[in-house]
Order: sequence, then structure tokens, then C-alpha cells
Amino acid sequence: MNNTFDAIKISDKVYWVGAIDNEIRDFHGYNASRGTTYNAYLILGEKPVLIDTVKAPFFSEMMARITSIIDPKKISYIISNHAEMDHSGCLLPTIEIIKPEKVFASKMGALALKAHFHQQLDLTEINHGEKFSLGDATFTCIETRMLHWPDSMFTYFANDGILFSQDVFGMHLATYKILAQQNERVVMRYEAMKYFANILLPYTSFVTKILDTLPNFGFDIKILAPDHGPIWNTASDINWIMDLWHKWTQQKSTEKVVIFYDTMWNSTAKMANAIADGVMVENTLVKVMPLSVSHRSDIATELLESGALVIGSPTINQQIFPTVADILCYLKGLKPKNLIGQAFGSYGWGGESINILQEELKNIGIKLFDIPIKTLYVPNDNCLAACRTLGQNIAKELKNSS
Amino acid sequence: MKKYSCNVCGYIYDPTVGDPDSGIEPGTSFESLPENWVCPICGVGKNEFSVCDK
Repeated sequence: MNNTFDAIKISDKVYWVGAIDNEIRDFHGYNASRGTTYNAYLILGEKPVLIDTVKAPFFSEMMARITSIIDPKKISYIISNHAEMDHSGCLLPTIEIIKPEKVFASKMGALALKAHFHQQLDLTEINHGEKFSLGDATFTCIETRMLHWPDSMFTYFANDGILFSQDVFGMHLATYKILAQQNERVVMRYEAMKYFANILLPYTSFVTKILDTLPNFGFDIKILAPDHGPIWNTASDINWIMDLWHKWTQQKSTEKVVIFYDTMWNSTAKMANAIADGVMVENTLVKVMPLSVSHRSDIATELLESGALVIGSPTINQQIFPTVADILCYLKGLKPKNLIGQAFGSYGWGGESINILQEELKNIGIKLFDIPIKTLYVPNDNCLAACRTLGQNIAKELKNSS
Repeated sequence: MKKYSCNVCGYIYDPTVGDPDSGIEPGTSFESLPENWVCPICGVGKNEFSVCDK
């Protein structure tokens, strides 16, 4: 075993033994533009416990970090908090090497892991909220269904006051400084928001529930250790990320307007810019996102702290642009709340795009405001003035209602 | 009318609330939900629901 990689101590008994992925960008359709980490943790008690593993290609990195402090064969137990393959991807080879006495998962976790690996897996299901000991280490596991999969579970390690929260309170950020306080706040805020907007948004009611009920378990959380990105190891950092999550569950409307569009011959682009200019008259925030250079996950991120979504597409063969359809399909799944919106676009003859866009906005749950704008071929001055007015009206509406 | 919970995600269908986002009026019993109704949270069908004993 090589010794390129070291374990990093995060508390009296706990070490980070995860992996850093600088290369990943396309994370199942999410643009992880700053890479990510897969966090696994090793608890060195009388009976060592491994919490989660890492994505399959990073198996040797995790094993090297483990080997830097302990013979992996001495690990007695594995707890799998989340069955998704970036955390379970090397569960089988890990089991093969360390031959643990038991592998624990939630009830749904056991089902999910079996449906991933399709072979004899001896898994022990943990009951929600049950306190149990492994050697001198005491744990409580709580089910956190749909945060963000049915199998998702938190594990609390009472000895050191660490809550292993799997994907919850995580972010995609490749960093060699694994503690939150060592990282730039503005970067963490953006990446945490991106993670929430793209992964948790459909499940905000479950986020609210866990934030409300967590205090009932009586945990003394000194460290909050997610499966991606930095570890929250001070009271102020734990409050910081929990407060942000609480704020984001509310999806409160703000004065910010997000505009995205695609364009054939620059007509719909001109309309987008005129709408943005109208918003600017009201001196409120506006973000223009041409789809030629904007990723769906960045659009979802910008939408989280906004109040309106204005979308533009030319009509092509009686349809909207496929790039626009991509974003709309994505947003329909994320189910953003409390947004108003409208549609615009150019056309050559039929002009069907506007009706399609409006229907799609309604299907997402976005309330139509004011009137749509479509223009034959190329927008003239009157059309651009109408676009400006639309932008200004939307900005005024947001100011009045927020 | 009984409440039902989703076996997958834990969502609880409360007949007094219905599922307005899917066009289900308050006062609709679980049994009379259309067969193509799905869990509004995770999308599984009616056969993945169990009577709530809480």
C-alpha cells in the first residue's frame, strides 16, 4: 500500500479518510465546477468503525488514508449512511479487505444497497433513533428519508459529539482544507446554495422537518461532518450552515429577476437584454443567462434567491429550443416555489414557442405575471420598448411584494 | 377516513387536506384517489402506501 495519502484527524477519535476529486465536472448533470470531495470517516475506538466509503475510482486513495493510521483489517464495522454510488461505490471491495463483523444501514438503505450490488450482502438494519454501542463508541442513527434519497440516514457519534450527516449540509467543493473555517466564506456560501438548489429543493419539507426535530434527539453536536465538502467544526459554522438551509427551505421571494434564453439570429437575445434593462431601471438585481454559456445547475442556483423567472425561446419547427426544454424539464423536477414569470421570443411564422413556454412555466408552478412578448423575425423599437416595460413591471411587482 | 403513508419516502396522505397540487380536493379518501395518482414527493404509486397507524 502506498503512503501518498494521509488520514486527517478531526476530533479525539475520528479521522477523515475520504478522497478529493479535482477533475469531476459533470455530476449526473450537475456542473460541479469546483470539483468535490467524497468524505469517509474512521472512528478509532476499541472497535474501529468506518462511516461510508468513496466513489469507486478513489478506492485506493481511501484505503491509503486508512492505512496511514491503522491496518484496515482491524476495522470492525461499517456504517453506510447513504447508498448513492459516490459513497457506496467501493463498499464491496472494502468489505472484502476488512471483513467487518457487521455492516449497518437504514431499512431503506439495506434495500437500496442490495438493489445496487445484486449479491449476497449481510447487512444489519438500524432502527430509527435507537442508541447502540460498538465497543466503547456510542451511536444513534436517525432516518432522514428523501434527504435526499429514501435510504438516507444520519449517524451521531456521542463520544466526540459528531453528527455524520451524509449529503445534508454538504457541497461540491474540492479542497485540501477540510475544515470549513479554513475555506473562503463566499465560495462556500455559493457552493452550499448550489448544492441545496440542485439536490434538496424538491425535498424542502423534509429539510424543515429535520431542522425542527433534530434538537429533540438531545445530541450535543460539536462537529457536523457531511459526505461532500468542508466539515463544520465550530458552533458558529454549524449555525451558519443550518441557518442558511433554514432560510433556503422558505424559498422567500426576493427582488432578483433571472432571465434565461436561447436565440437563433440574436432576436430573442435582444429582447432578453431589453427586459434586463427594464429591470435595471428599478435598480434591482437581474441575472441574464444565455443558454449557449449557462448550465442548468447554475440557473437553478441563481433562482434560489430570486423572485421572478423570465424565459425566452425562438420558435423552431413549431417548438421551443431543445436547450430551453432541457432547463424547463429540470426545473419541473426541482419544483421551485414563490416565483412569478413570463415568456418571450421571436418567430418567423407560427410563433408557437410562447404558448409552450407559458404552459411549461405554469406546470413548474410559476405564476404568470403581465403579458408575454413575441416578435416577428427581428424586434423593432416598439417591441424592445415593450420588453423594457415588462422588465420594469416585474421589478416593480417584486419590490411591492417583498 | 384513514391517513396513508408512503413506504418509500414517508409522505403522509391526509384525506382532510387532499393533494391540491395534483388536483385532489380536500375530503378525498385514499381509496377514491385515481389509480394513476402518485406520491407527490417521490412519485411512487398507490400500491406503495400503507395505512397510517399513528
